[in-house]
Amino acid sequence: MAQLEEVSYEPFKHLVSERALTGETMLLNMGPQHPSTHGVLRLLLELDGETIVNAIPDIGYLHTGVEKNMESKTYLKAEVMTDRLDYMNTTGNNLAYCMAVEKLIDLDVPERAQVIRVIVTELQRIASHLVFMGAFGLDLAAMSMFLYCFREREYIMDILELCSGQRMMTTYFRPGGVWRDVPEEFDSAVRNFIKIFPKRVDEYEALLTKNPILLDRLVGIGILDAKTALSHGVTGPTLRASGVNWDLRKARPYIGYEQYDFNVPVRTEGDTFARYIVHIEEFRESLKIVEQGLEKLKKLPGKPVNSDNRKFVPPPRAEVGVSMEALIHHFKFWTEGFPAPKASIYSAVESPRGELGVYLEGNGGPKPHRVHMRTPSFDNLSAINKMVQGHLVADLVAILASIDIVLGDIDR
Amino acid sequence: MDKKLEKIVQALQEKFGVTHEEFRGEVHVFVKAENIVDALTLLRDKYEFELLSALTATDYYEQHVEPRFHVIYQLSSLAQNITVQLRVAVNGDQPKVPSAAGVYDTANWREREVFDMFGIQFEGHPDPRRILTPEGMEAHPLRKDFPLGYEEPQFTFNYDDIDLKKIYAKE
Repeated sequence: MAQLEEVSYEPFKHLVSERALTGETMLLNMGPQHPSTHGVLRLLLELDGETIVNAIPDIGYLHTGVEKNMESKTYLKAEVMTDRLDYMNTTGNNLAYCMAVEKLIDLDVPERAQVIRVIVTELQRIASHLVFMGAFGLDLAAMSMFLYCFREREYIMDILELCSGQRMMTTYFRPGGVWRDVPEEFDSAVRNFIKIFPKRVDEYEALLTKNPILLDRLVGIGILDAKTALSHGVTGPTLRASGVNWDLRKARPYIGYEQYDFNVPVRTEGDTFARYIVHIEEFRESLKIVEQGLEKLKKLPGKPVNSDNRKFVPPPRAEVGVSMEALIHHFKFWTEGFPAPKASIYSAVESPRGELGVYLEGNGGPKPHRVHMRTPSFDNLSAINKMVQGHLVADLVAILASIDIVLGDIDR
Repeated sequence: MDKKLEKIVQALQEKFGVTHEEFRGEVHVFVKAENIVDALTLLRDKYEFELLSALTATDYYEQHVEPRFHVIYQLSSLAQNITVQLRVAVNGDQPKVPSAAGVYDTANWREREVFDMFGIQFEGHPDPRRILTPEGMEAHPLRKDFPLGYEEPQFTFNYDDIDLKKIYAKE
């Protein structure tokens, strides 16, 4: 059997400092199998003692060709793949994709569906932040945080299961609305969560925010200034921790976010601690939105949750049995799919990690010509080298956890 | 079109002779490849487009048109809250575009991705390697003439195994 080849640093030669070539600094490989790289991320570190001179990310270990696959599927079937990108924010991905399709084919969404979308997306944002918080604690040796956060996340997973039948890969939103209306138990399940959760956030804060050991490891570590962040395309909580008040929910409101009263937490320090605090505050803001959403939902009982444009939305099952047109539409919809114009659009939403954009191009047929997912983790990670220079390897772990990357989001 | 945007498109028109299209309220500006770096610099410095939201490409191979590729630059201005899309048409034969990595840092990785997926060369790129697919791969998967499927993924490093399963790879 052939032997495995030794790892070669040759391709990275132009990225390390000259001292590495003379052997003065050390090259160390971190990952792709490493517990604190949050997936299969490989980092090539150039070290001077224990201080990082350069960190060169090597990505692509989780590349699954989602964009290529989507080109061979109809608009509806391609949506299933969006769940698999950022698997911590599945409904958020669905939302971004559905909004892109709706923009391309110019489809309106009824109000009740919009409200459901807001509630579910914000719950998913909380769930995603909970995973962030848990993994963040775990990376900084606060093991109990992980367990507490996953305990609360379970409530949200249950709610998602109530709505869509799935815990993670929901595909709950569809172009033109949502798959089906929320069940009766939805309201009480969400209210139960709203009742429990604020106290739990206080508990997290009691555990972490003023913990001197944690503060020592976070404050002043991994500072990213606003200009560098913007140049690197960094968005989301990471950008807001650097003092830029930019949230697409406020800047370009979609699905009715302009009707909700919430704040956008911004910190100016730009360090790891600021990023942590922004996440904590976003828990409370998202919860506010969910609460207002429930009140709105109460005022819209029994209203439709899908567009009645039969060209793009399947008819209800009850109609298929009695109406010839409905049967034709049903058949055409599920076999051929719906056509979209030969044009392209770009639509973006605020995911828990930043700007999740979808570039969607139709070619007049039922399949997209090109889908590009502008995923926030990709750009956020590209700034890592600027953040870690001059810090210790142990700080790299904290910084990496604080930018909240998901490898499925990066590699697509 | 937005008034602020109209001014910007006009300025681009005077300077670089660009054409533009509009669809669903989005403005697509067609820029010549040799002007793209200047156009991006102008937009960043004078019109406050701080954020390069997306950089991608699309392939019109099936439509048998030249130029075959479009490279797409999606820009956002935070200060004015407007977006604009620049498009560069590139020929299919040895496609080349000047690199924008000097203007926006994020273009560094995004251009590597476009090179990886479409085989479009970015001249003057500081780090022209593949980013998502493995080193040594020769094809560019998002091109329309790249087939979907037909190859078994390699889950082993046992080279005898691989040779056995993929006889064609050795030939």
